[in-house]
Amino acid sequence: MTAEHTPRQRWMAILARASRAEIVELVGPHMPDHEVLKAPETGTVMVEGRAGGAGRRFNLGEATMTRCVVRLHDGAMGFSYALGRDARKARLAAILDARLQVEAPDGALHRDIDALSDRQNAARDLASRKAAATKVDFFTLVRGA
Amino acid sequence: MYVAVKGGEAAILATHDLVAEARRGDEAVPEISVAQIREQQGLACARVMNEGSLYDADLAALALKQSQGDVIEAAFLMRAYRTTLPRFGSSEPVDTASMAIRRRVSATYKDLPGGQVLGATYDYTHRLFDFALMDNGSVMVGLDPTISGHEGASATGDARVEPEHDGSAQPATCPLDAHMPRVPDILGAEGLMEPEVAPEGDPRPFDLTREPVSFPADRDVRLQAMARGDEGFLLGLGYSVQRGFGGNHPFVGEIRVGEVSVEFVPEELGFAVDLGEITLTECQMVNQFAGSKDVAPQFTRGYGLSFGHSERKAMSMSLVDRALKCREFGEAAQYPAQQDEFVLYHSDNVEAAGFVEHLKLPHYVDFQGELELIRRIRAEREQRLANENLTLPEAAE
Amino acid sequence: MTTTLIGAGFTDPIFQSQSAFRALLAALSEPGTQQVVTGGIVPPEGLHAATATALLTLADYETPIWLPPALRDGPAGAWLRFHCGAALVSEPGQAAFAVMDSGSVEPALSAFNPGTDQFPDRSTTIIVQCAALEGGEAVTLTGPGIAGSRLVEPAGLRPGFWAEVAANNGAYPLGVDLLLSHGDAVLGLPRSTRIGEAI
Repeated sequence: MTAEHTPRQRWMAILARASRAEIVELVGPHMPDHEVLKAPETGTVMVEGRAGGAGRRFNLGEATMTRCVVRLHDGAMGFSYALGRDARKARLAAILDARLQVEAPDGALHRDIDALSDRQNAARDLASRKAAATKVDFFTLVRGA
Repeated sequence: MYVAVKGGEAAILATHDLVAEARRGDEAVPEISVAQIREQQGLACARVMNEGSLYDADLAALALKQSQGDVIEAAFLMRAYRTTLPRFGSSEPVDTASMAIRRRVSATYKDLPGGQVLGATYDYTHRLFDFALMDNGSVMVGLDPTISGHEGASATGDARVEPEHDGSAQPATCPLDAHMPRVPDILGAEGLMEPEVAPEGDPRPFDLTREPVSFPADRDVRLQAMARGDEGFLLGLGYSVQRGFGGNHPFVGEIRVGEVSVEFVPEELGFAVDLGEITLTECQMVNQFAGSKDVAPQFTRGYGLSFGHSERKAMSMSLVDRALKCREFGEAAQYPAQQDEFVLYHSDNVEAAGFVEHLKLPHYVDFQGELELIRRIRAEREQRLANENLTLPEAAE
Repeated sequence: MTTTLIGAGFTDPIFQSQSAFRALLAALSEPGTQQVVTGGIVPPEGLHAATATALLTLADYETPIWLPPALRDGPAGAWLRFHCGAALVSEPGQAAFAVMDSGSVEPALSAFNPGTDQFPDRSTTIIVQCAALEGGEAVTLTGPGIAGSRLVEPAGLRPGFWAEVAANNGAYPLGVDLLLSHGDAVLGLPRSTRIGEAI
């Protein structure tokens, strides 16, 4: 996600990347009262690419995704959309989306999201550094050991 | 044409039991889990996702388990499952320039901005068996203990291919650049590369899963068909192009593998939502073009994009993509790889397997018809010959 | 966000949508018969239960919907966007589905998409919300799916409506398909149905 996204887009992206266990932990032991407006549903999204990377759009193929919409008893609506087929994760992530909208930006849940984001960034950084170890100059070959 | 037959239910149910048994194999050997296939047979899963045209590594692994590793059968399972799912919409076009790079190589530029990154590749392996991967870790040369019944203890060490490292990847201190330019764009900056721009209005792409294809097919149709096409078929066609049946002179401008975000704008929200990441392989193939009256000589390109780490697929696709662009460049379409109708109608292995394999289904009535026809023709021929034998002597007199 | 007012959709999407689909299929395959289309939903303001259920069953993000402007900008539009993920279009000719009130003077049926010679199926299906499906001017229907003829008398149709339907039939195999709705009932008038005066 790039910087121009809204805070909500940012946390939705973080939640979409989180594992179910991480989401369960964020929700905590007390599940808020909520109404399911759109039950968790698994479907697909057609993934589009561009010819040459920047040209004409084309359909690459579909990916599974699951979405859910809930409403908390205070009226806040939460949405979740994520790749994969995890219905439980979808429902809990939708609850979190609703709570994050009503909670103050410096609240505990927002801090938890930041911590989760840090962990995701660290994992991304590690993967990138592992790849960087295989960076090569074809004159002076450097092995990554 | 085949005509429905009835009966055989008991036998069919029995084959279901037998296939389950065959799939399980020797029960003394532990059963493989879907997670093991997903994690340890990732390249096979990628192929199933591509040809099944559905990105879901768990389902691909399940498909491989259920089909005993038959990749085309697994792709069929993916396609069949996909038809049961509602489609929520189309993603925003993925941005491969901001891919989280795991591998990126160029055969045209040694020193690329961002660097060449080998990543996890078999390119520099020796294609010698690593017997350390076998269950017992040691095997005798020339004497297979599973056949001879001997244990290979005496040869331990001699036949083993020692791993060159301890196997754990050490990370570098700095990560790679977050944004790496695509190689053809570097040539493009000099004006030497055929530009790749979206048509006026950036139209929604054609979807061959929703609408019938007509010919000549546009590039979006061709790329979609190849993305879900059979790797072996495209590999053969790509190879034919290189061998002279297509007139390309290709270079790998760039291959990159890594993760990209998938963004989707739900109608009910009205803003883009990031759904998470998928792994993609992209290949930009650079080719020569002599130019024409209107266009100065320049490089042209072929494009390949595929799910997962699947370089051979992306490369083959990019070779055939360039060959199929012959019409756009005013080149004669004289070889199979240049003919969109031929390529598109034969690249889908689920369709192809269906039509080829349906031949083994009952065709009793059709064949009975053929049988009667050939018997009648033969009888008529015999009759004719007999008549000629009768009439000839008279004619001679 | 306007979506806070949105009511629930199907509680059991598979069975409710299939049962509604079956009823819609019957409506179009036996033109003029009344079919009950229910899914246990509370329709948004401006849509009859049958209209809302039919769209919930048939429409999705690939089927743009045309609604009269007042409905498009109100709860009905928000409801359809939320539940169907469908785009709401302002050009009748772009719509796969459309909703109109039987008494409104426009748009003309001919403003909607009649399909093309190559793909006559890519036409608009219009749900016409009527004051009632009985008690209006009676007309006789003949054609496929009708043994002999069938009498219908939907109420509250705009003047000249039946002439438009007859012209639509005249363009067969092109043309729009109509579903007349009121409450939880629909009555199908596919393009193949011929319109005659009541005998």
